[in-house]
Amino acid sequence: MTGNHMSASPTAASTRKSGRLGWPLVLLISAAIGGALLLAADSFQNDYAYLAAYTVLQFIVLGTAFNILGGYGGYVNFGSAGFFGVGVYTCVFLYTLSQEYGTPEPPLIVSILAAAVVAGLLGFGTGYLTLRLRGIFFAIATLALAIVLTTLVTNWGFVGGARGAYVLRPETVPFFGNFTRYLFIVMLVMAIVSVLISRAIEKSWLGRGLDAIKDDETAAECCGVPALRVKLITTTLTGAMMGAAGAPYPYFLTYVEPVSAFNLQIAVNTLAMPLVGGLGTWIGPVIGGLLLGSVQEYAKVTISSAANLLIVGVVLVVFITVAPQGVVGLVKRMRGRA
Amino acid sequence: MGWELFVNAVVSGLLLGGFYCAVAVGITIAFGMLDITNIAHPAFVVAGSYVAYVANSTLGMDPLVACLLAAPFAYLIGRGLYRVYYVAFESREGESLQGLAFFFGLLFIIEVGLLMEFGVDYRFVEAPYMGPTLSLGAISVPLRYLVPMTVGLVMTGLLMLFMYKTFIGRAILAVSQDTEALRLVGGNPVKIKEIAFGIAIATAVIAGALLIIIQPLEPSVGREYIGRVFAICVLGGMTSLTGTVVAAMLMGVAENLTSTFVGPSWSPLVAFGILLITLGFRPSGIFGR
Amino acid sequence: MSGEQIIVAKGITKRFGGFTALNNVDFALLRNERLGLIGPNGSGKSTFVNCLTGALPFEGGSIVFEDQDITKVSAWRRARLGITRSFQIPRPFRGLTVRQNIEVPLAFTAGLSDQDRIEAEAEEVLGQVGLAEKSDDNPRSLSQVELRKLELGRALAGRPRVLVADEAMAGLSDSEVDEILDLLMKLNEAGISIILIEHIMRAVVRFSERVVVLVAGEKIADGAPKEVMSHPEVVRAYLGQ
Repeated sequence: MTGNHMSASPTAASTRKSGRLGWPLVLLISAAIGGALLLAADSFQNDYAYLAAYTVLQFIVLGTAFNILGGYGGYVNFGSAGFFGVGVYTCVFLYTLSQEYGTPEPPLIVSILAAAVVAGLLGFGTGYLTLRLRGIFFAIATLALAIVLTTLVTNWGFVGGARGAYVLRPETVPFFGNFTRYLFIVMLVMAIVSVLISRAIEKSWLGRGLDAIKDDETAAECCGVPALRVKLITTTLTGAMMGAAGAPYPYFLTYVEPVSAFNLQIAVNTLAMPLVGGLGTWIGPVIGGLLLGSVQEYAKVTISSAANLLIVGVVLVVFITVAPQGVVGLVKRMRGRA
Repeated sequence: MGWELFVNAVVSGLLLGGFYCAVAVGITIAFGMLDITNIAHPAFVVAGSYVAYVANSTLGMDPLVACLLAAPFAYLIGRGLYRVYYVAFESREGESLQGLAFFFGLLFIIEVGLLMEFGVDYRFVEAPYMGPTLSLGAISVPLRYLVPMTVGLVMTGLLMLFMYKTFIGRAILAVSQDTEALRLVGGNPVKIKEIAFGIAIATAVIAGALLIIIQPLEPSVGREYIGRVFAICVLGGMTSLTGTVVAAMLMGVAENLTSTFVGPSWSPLVAFGILLITLGFRPSGIFGR
Repeated sequence: MSGEQIIVAKGITKRFGGFTALNNVDFALLRNERLGLIGPNGSGKSTFVNCLTGALPFEGGSIVFEDQDITKVSAWRRARLGITRSFQIPRPFRGLTVRQNIEVPLAFTAGLSDQDRIEAEAEEVLGQVGLAEKSDDNPRSLSQVELRKLELGRALAGRPRVLVADEAMAGLSDSEVDEILDLLMKLNEAGISIILIEHIMRAVVRFSERVVVLVAGEKIADGAPKEVMSHPEVVRAYLGQ
């Protein structure tokens, strides 16, 4: 019962002692950063800034969630597309439900919470069935999951099935300005929250348990780590985070159909970004998200959409072969020499 | 005539199973025996299909012949890939999920590459045996299914012979069971694994010809097969080629029955369901140790 | 040496496919006892330890620890109840420093929650096993005997009542063997029952109050070291190897 894992990265564990800022200070810094980013986005006077930033922030949430289970714990969840898609369709479901009954559509926060719950349950279920076996089976099961969910949703007429569903954006939102800006703010908050969660876990007993499991699960059990419990909690939590990230997506796209909701690009990016940034610490997915996200946006605009996908794949393979510890790892190596 | 429908569904399922066997046998070798989780395997199959397509549409070559000709090149590519994989991942300490991510990246690159080159249109091949259908009483056996099944089973049979009768084949079996023991008798496990992986990729490309004979396809079709091939490998007991055949047949029949009596859009679920059930209740599979 | 039994294992049977690794083994451990477990290679010693600590499930028999049936209890819970082990081939957490390795059982088995306290106690444990200067190093840089000490340190940090030392001295020099032996003696004096699995006979004889012998999955002797060592079947099992 061993987890397949990336080669050992001391960063998660070593940050447990260093950098012990108190929580009030951390929250203050986060709020400041959030505020600064908001001002920066506002300064463009252009909705495109919000939309581009939304995508990057979304991947930061996904990458952070992936990193907790994959980077800290060594269990790769390829099914991020599945969990994300579940979040998307939970929102579509609630929206369609409200349209059917003529009630006002649920506020975004409700959809997000609902999506988190559903995706969390899915994470728990998948974990329960596969985490007692080798880590590879968890990875394969999550990979097959996205495809299965696509099939299920395609057959579900209520949420549009293969035909897809339209979701109308309200024009403005009180206090937040136009809806695009609102979406950006929502995702910004989610990104900050997920990074904070990631940092909290890294420094907690859960992070310590994940570190031990990643290195040697059997030895960890003999040291009192309740491995299955730790993995299940993490799978549920990260699944929920991924689902939450998907909830606002229908409003972002306005037209949702299974292929775009469960698309492979999400799965690849969720894996590639933390990898490029550096697995094992909370900051890796942020760096990777910013770097790779910006490159992709640029490529999408200047070359083509397919080219941008190819770039991600190539970057992933190159990094994992040559620099598996990501940017964070490279920086550490350079510091080590200097 | 529900009975006729049922029998035909079972027969089609068996035919399909023979084809699935061809697709899965490479995973049995790479993953079941050698622990290399090559999730890009279905992408190689699809790449093989496109090779057949190009040869068929530009040169009028028979798809099967095209892929048989391509197989040795696929073998070499497979060997090369394994070398990269080995140097980058297996020799580093610790088990590597990085290897998994590597293959995932490959899967993605192949699919997107095919997409960029061939677009999303469905491609198909033409061959004389794709049209006719044999009729055995009430049972209809389309040749476009019979040929892939036959080729699939023959290929697996040849592999079994290879594994049990030749030195290299037995070395592969030995490596899958105990790398140390092989080293002790003077074998070189890395070389053996390299050869085995090359064979696995070669089978993928041949399976690609079979795939495009059965159905027209576009690049993302490979994804449906990820769940299927691993489900078949696990169900069959990971290292057993016989198990692969049996599991593939079961899978084919189960999917076809689902498709016929429940609905065709539900059949991708069958593979996943089988995988989960097997992992949950009998992870060693039917023929597993 | 008090007479109270803290572990009572009855009829332990473990099969791997068609192969019976343990056949109906009865075993008891007294509080504060120093017990040696010996047997030729393949006799089932490590398998027995794995069954005892919960790393392996077994087909037949039961284990009672301090009046509690732990037959179905999972490995991590047994660790928390008080049974810890070191591994034959050291398995340190390679991504963590030496001290952090010790922190894991402190946090999980011993259940400490305050980070400062965990660090302080980890340093103490390292001092006890003689690894105090290496506390910030990575296990990769440790020598064999230091790795063995780390293994024992990890087992010790769990504040066990029973510590299973699985071939903790294999491959060490004579003086290193004595180092480990002295460490184990100290731990026993502090109140921990120790099961010593070893091939190095002089260590077993010097250390153990009682010796159990396993051959081919069966217990063939159980008694004072001198007696057991001259038991004809034991002699045959070792010479006949």
